[in-house]
Amino acid sequence: MIRLLLLLPFIGLMIVPFYNIREPHLFGFPFFYWYQLAWVPLTSLLTYIVYRRLRRAG
Amino acid sequence: MLANVDSAAFAVFLALFILVTGMGFVASRWRKPETLAHLDEWGLGGRKFGTWITWFLVGGDFYTAYTVIAVPALVYAVGAYGFFALPYTIIVYPFVFAVMPVLWKVAKERGYVTAGDVVRGAYGSRGLELAVAATGVLATMPYIALQLIGMEVAIKALGLHGEIPLVLAFLVLALYTYSSGLRAPALIAFVKDIMIYIVVIAAIAIVPSKLGGYGAIFTAADAAFAAKGSGGILLSPAQIVPYASLALGSALAAFMYPHTLTGIFASSGGNTIRKNAMLLPAYTLLLGLLALLGYMGHAAGLKLASNNDVVPELFKSLFPSWFAGFAFAAIAIGALVPAAVMSIGAANLFTRNFWKVWVDPKVTPAGEAKVAKITSMLVKVGALLAILLMPTQFALDLQLLGGLWILQTLPALVFGLYLNWFSSTALLAGWAVGLAGGSWLAWSDGLKPLHTIDFGMGPVALYTGLLALALNIVVAVVVNLVLKRAPQERLSREAA
Repeated sequence: MIRLLLLLPFIGLMIVPFYNIREPHLFGFPFFYWYQLAWVPLTSLLTYIVYRRLRRAG
Repeated sequence: MLANVDSAAFAVFLALFILVTGMGFVASRWRKPETLAHLDEWGLGGRKFGTWITWFLVGGDFYTAYTVIAVPALVYAVGAYGFFALPYTIIVYPFVFAVMPVLWKVAKERGYVTAGDVVRGAYGSRGLELAVAATGVLATMPYIALQLIGMEVAIKALGLHGEIPLVLAFLVLALYTYSSGLRAPALIAFVKDIMIYIVVIAAIAIVPSKLGGYGAIFTAADAAFAAKGSGGILLSPAQIVPYASLALGSALAAFMYPHTLTGIFASSGGNTIRKNAMLLPAYTLLLGLLALLGYMGHAAGLKLASNNDVVPELFKSLFPSWFAGFAFAAIAIGALVPAAVMSIGAANLFTRNFWKVWVDPKVTPAGEAKVAKITSMLVKVGALLAILLMPTQFALDLQLLGGLWILQTLPALVFGLYLNWFSSTALLAGWAVGLAGGSWLAWSDGLKPLHTIDFGMGPVALYTGLLALALNIVVAVVVNLVLKRAPQERLSREAA
């Protein structure tokens, strides 16, 4: 079940109309840009959680 | 030839190029095995690359020199749409995490070197093996040619004109790949990636401060697109489905390519691959910021002859010449690593899945290594000739088709890892229909990556490769169902 976390980046990035907007800005970046960039560390984190759980399960 | 050359930039460029060339030859003694005359050693570096080497190697051959040039160029030209590379290189890693360790394990246990080997092992079909191998070689050739375009842009930005510098650089690359195999790009990848990181970090830290900050950069780009009447810093409604489908299709295709698979097979284990799936997104962050250089081009008010010049011109106009030379060297060296791994991947395929199967079944491991070395040389010469003799657009069009083609090998390569249901005949039929149908669609659309279809809710443009993959899978399922219904016939064919 924990592997389902790996599907979240697909969902988060495939729903393009949700993030194809300007506001709110962050450090001068429109939402479209910082939202997608934020998925980079987030995906790493989700993958790490899955990795940890799978290792513990052996 | 040297009249327009800035001496500081050129000196830095040349020094780094010589350093890397030396490393390429020394690499044959790095982590030295008893013999390099074995395909596992020449073509996979002994399958012992740990987390760090794999990170540099896969990062170095996945994020190529052409990426550094072309992604900002696309963003400069069309805006937000050019950013599809960002979601693409994010969602690729959960896929790598889930699938590639399984593939690695099968390959290690049975001594497979290529995708063709895996398919032959899973289905025992020479036809399917040949289909997968030939697709891999065909898809890789134009990709190598693109690296040359990247290198050409960097060399030209340095002020060197004519074809001789490119030919020389390539000759050097061909020679050390021949002698050191995968160890050469693996070792050079360290230098290349550190240089690229320095260049990009300098650019994203310093350029905005010269152009008034990121807010000003987005505003300037927005104004430039509005003045031009096309493109924009957000997607138009018609671009939304193409954006998502290009990202998804490219992500599924990315690790079907021989060069990326070579990086996977060369790693020391499934755990190394999983750790890399967590660590490689660092490059994606870099890529996303690099793409913004396209907007910085607008903010800096550059007037360009070609969109591909946006990165070099930005460095030339905003940095001291020695650092511009460093940046151009990073791009040119950035072309060497993927070009070497690509030619090795293609050579491994030719050797294992064509030469050994159809020409010389009794070839020794040393013989295999020799055939692969010569093939890697020929592949590179072919790519060089293609760039020198044919219009650049030709390589770009072929590269587009190559992505579509390589995607059609996914069912054959991946489905067998999880299911024991598909027969090789069904997968071969799916591959053939996907490849031919997809190529025909792309051709009839004037070699554009998108095909417009109407599901009854108005026309939608989709990535043609993804459409062809769907066709491929449907045909494979249907053919398999038909074959299962005629078990008598199937049994008798298998016995024959």
